[in-house]
Amino acid sequence: MASALLAATALTLATPVLAQTPPNILVVGQIAEPASLDPHVSTASNDFRIAVNIYDGLVRNAPGTLEIEPALATDWTISDDGLEYTFNLREGVSFHDGTPFNAEAVKFNFDRMLDENHPFASTGPFPLAFFFSAVENVEVVDDLTVKFTLNEPFAPFMSNLASPTGLIVSPAAVGASGADYGRNPVGTGPFKFEEWQSNTRVVASRNDAYWDGAPSLEAVIFRPITDANTRVAEMLSGGIDVLLETPPDNVSQFRDDANYQVVEAVGPHVWYVMLNAKEGPFSDVRVRQAVNYAVNKESLVTDVLQGTAEVSAGPIPPAFNWAYNEDVAPYPYDPEKAKALLAEAGAEGASLSFLVTEGGSGMLDPVPMGTAIQADLAAVGLNVEIKTYEWNTFLSEVNPGLEGKGDMAEMAWMTSDPDTLPFLTLRTAAFPAEGGFNSSYYSNPEVDALLDKARIATDPAERGELYKQVQAITHEDAPWLFVANWKQNAVVTSAVGDFELQPDFSLILRDVTKQ
Amino acid sequence: MTAYIGKRLLAAIPVILGLSIIVFLVMKLIPGDPAQALLGSYATPDNVARINRALGLDRSWPEQYVIWIGNLLQGDFGRSYILNRPVLDEVLERFGATLILAGASLIICSVLGILAGIVSAVRQFSWTDRIITFFVLIGISMPAFFLGLVFILFFAVQWKLLPASGMYAVYGGGDLPDLLRHLILPASTLAIVATGVVARLTRAAMLEVLRQDFIRTARAKGVSENKVIYRHAFRAALVSIIPVLGIQAGFVLGGAVYIETVFQWPGLGQMLVKAVSTRDLLLVQGGVLVAATVYVLVNLLADVAQAMIDPRLKA
Repeated sequence: MASALLAATALTLATPVLAQTPPNILVVGQIAEPASLDPHVSTASNDFRIAVNIYDGLVRNAPGTLEIEPALATDWTISDDGLEYTFNLREGVSFHDGTPFNAEAVKFNFDRMLDENHPFASTGPFPLAFFFSAVENVEVVDDLTVKFTLNEPFAPFMSNLASPTGLIVSPAAVGASGADYGRNPVGTGPFKFEEWQSNTRVVASRNDAYWDGAPSLEAVIFRPITDANTRVAEMLSGGIDVLLETPPDNVSQFRDDANYQVVEAVGPHVWYVMLNAKEGPFSDVRVRQAVNYAVNKESLVTDVLQGTAEVSAGPIPPAFNWAYNEDVAPYPYDPEKAKALLAEAGAEGASLSFLVTEGGSGMLDPVPMGTAIQADLAAVGLNVEIKTYEWNTFLSEVNPGLEGKGDMAEMAWMTSDPDTLPFLTLRTAAFPAEGGFNSSYYSNPEVDALLDKARIATDPAERGELYKQVQAITHEDAPWLFVANWKQNAVVTSAVGDFELQPDFSLILRDVTKQ
Repeated sequence: MTAYIGKRLLAAIPVILGLSIIVFLVMKLIPGDPAQALLGSYATPDNVARINRALGLDRSWPEQYVIWIGNLLQGDFGRSYILNRPVLDEVLERFGATLILAGASLIICSVLGILAGIVSAVRQFSWTDRIITFFVLIGISMPAFFLGLVFILFFAVQWKLLPASGMYAVYGGGDLPDLLRHLILPASTLAIVATGVVARLTRAAMLEVLRQDFIRTARAKGVSENKVIYRHAFRAALVSIIPVLGIQAGFVLGGAVYIETVFQWPGLGQMLVKAVSTRDLLLVQGGVLVAATVYVLVNLLADVAQAMIDPRLKA
C-alpha cells in the first residue's frame, strides 16, 4: 500500500526535466564533502580536485605527465649547489579578488605555512607544510622575481611546488576571511569560487580573465555523494555529468553503454603488503621472494579489482615515467617456484599474521584483496591469519612498526615525487623509532646511499637513473609483496568532451566542454 | 504541569553532561587521533605532534574537557578539526536537515500506521485485515537501507521520477516543491519499519478498546458506527498509541543514520558517522549533545501529550 501511495505522490510532484543538467554547466559527483578549499590546510585528493581549478601554482605538471612546466612562474634558475631557486613570475596576473599576483604574494604563501610566528599562522594547521621544510627563507628580489633558499639540496622541491600544497592563495583574501578562508577561497585559476553550500554543492564559475585562456564551461558544480552505490545511481538517473572513483563492479556496465565514456589514467600509486624483515619467516629473503611468486597478482587486478589497477613491480610506480625502470618485470605467478623457495628456507607450513584494513585512502578493496592473498598463500602451504582494523586504528597499529604485531600488513601510497615513498618507507634511517614509515624494517646500505644521492641530484636524468637502480635492488630484495598500481577512473556522459584524468590525481577542467 | 516539565528538564542536564563525558572518553580511548586522520600516510610522530600542538590536543584530557565545557557555557562549541568550521554552524545546519527527514517520516508513519491499524482492527480477520497484516510484517522485517536502494533503482534510475539523492537540486531549485521531491524517497524508506510498528500497536489497542463496555453502551444507544470508532474507541486507544509515537520518533531519529548515507541526505547522522571516523572530537561532542537534548525533549513531549489526554497520569 505504501509503495502504491508513493508512486501516486511521485507522479504529481515529479517534473519531466528532472534528468537533465544544463548545457555548459558541468556537475561533478565527488566522493565526499570537501574539508577545506585552502590548499595548504587540506590533505585530501577530494579537496584538491576542486582546488586545482581555482588556483595555480608557480609550476604545474604538464597535462598527462608528471613533468614540470611553467604556470605562475614563467621560468626559473637553480644554483649549482642546488640551494637557490630563483623564479621569474608571470606579469599581469590578478587574483579573483582583483589584487595583483606578485613576489610578495608568493612570500606570504610560504611564510604562512612555514613560520609558526607568521601573523596568519593561526589560519592553519598546515599538515603538509613539511613538503617545504627544506626552505630556509623566501626572498622578494623585485616585484616579479622571488628567490627560495634551501638549507640542504632537495631534489623533490619542484615536484612539491607542482603539488596542490604548492598552490598560491590570495594574501588579501586570507587577511579578510582569517580562519574561514578555507570556505572562501580566492586564487588565480581558470574558475572563480562562487558558493559553497554545505553537503550540497560547491560552485565555481568561469574566470574570463584567465591568463592561460578562459575555459569553455560556464560553471562547474561539485556535488558530494559519499556512498558509491548512490553515486552510480545519480549517474544513471542523470543527476551528474562526471562520476569519480567508480566502484570496480560498475565499471564494465558503463563501458558497455554508448551514453557513457570511461576515462582512465595510471597514477603515482602503489598498493603493497609490507613484510616484517626483523623477525619471523620474512627475515629470510627467500621467503619474501616466495610470497611474491605465490600470489596471483594478475588475477587480483582483473578479478578482484575488475581491471581498475595494473600489476606492480616495485616501489616506484610507472606514472613517474622518467624514473621508472622498464627492465624490472613483476614477479610472475609461479606457485611451484614459491614452494621450492619455501622448502629451501625451511619455512614450509609457517603461520603468518596479516594486518588488513577495512578501507582507507588509496586502499582500493582491502578486505577482498587480503582474503585473495590469504588463499594464494594457503595454496603454497602458508597458514595466514587475517586481523582486520578500521583505517585510523590500522594506521596507529602499523605506523609504529610491525615488531611483535604481525608478519604482513597492507599499505598504499599516493605521492607527487618518486623520492617520497622509498625515502619514507625503505631507508634504514626511516625505521619507526627514527620517525619514518619503514614499519617492516627493510635495510640495505646500497639503497640508502642511492636514495641520499638522488635527493640532492638536481639533474632529472641523473636522478631518474638512481631511482631505476633502487627499483632493481628492491625488486630483488622483496621487502614487500608488490601488488598493484591503481588506475584512477571516471565516467562521463556523452555530452562531455575533452575530459582527461591526470597522473597526479588532480582534475583539470579548464579544457573540458559540455553540450 | 509546569513544575513537572521543569523537573524533567532539570533531570535531563546531568544525563546530557554524563553522556558528554562518556563520548569524550570513548573518542579518546579508541586508537587514532585527528592528526592521524588528517595526515593519513604522512602521520610521522613529528607531524602528528605539530598538528596536535596546533589543535590544542597536546593538553591533558581533563584540561581539554574542562576547556570544552567552559567554552560551551559561553555558547562556543569550538571548531571542527577536520572541517575547519564552527561546530555549532555545522551541527545546526545538519540537524535542521535531520529534523525535516525525521519529521516527515514521523508524519507518514503516524498517519499510515494509525489508519492501517484502525481499519485492521475494525475488520478483524477480514481479507483487508490479512492484507494489511501481511504488508506490516514485510515492512517490519525489511532492512531499511536495502529498501532505500530498491526505491532508488526504480524511482530514480528506471523511471527517472524522483532524484536519487541529496536534499535540493544542485542548480536552480531550493524551493519547497524541490525539497518535497527530494524528501519522498528517504522519508518513506525511513517510515516503513515505524509504520509497521505503529499499525500493529494501533490494531492491538483498538481491539482492546472495542471490547470494552462503554463501546457496547455507545452502540446500544444508537451512536453511529463511525462515531463509535473515531470519537469513542480511537480517543481511548490514543492513550496507548501516543507513547508508541514518542518511541518511534526516537527510532526514526536513530534510523536516519543509514538512510542519510544511502540517500546522501545532509543530516546529523551522516555527519556523526564521518566525524567519528575522522576522530573529529568536538564535532562528535556537539552532535551528540544536540541529538541527546532533542531525544530528551521528544520523550518529554510524548509524556506531556499522554498526560493531557489521560487525566489519571497527571501528577
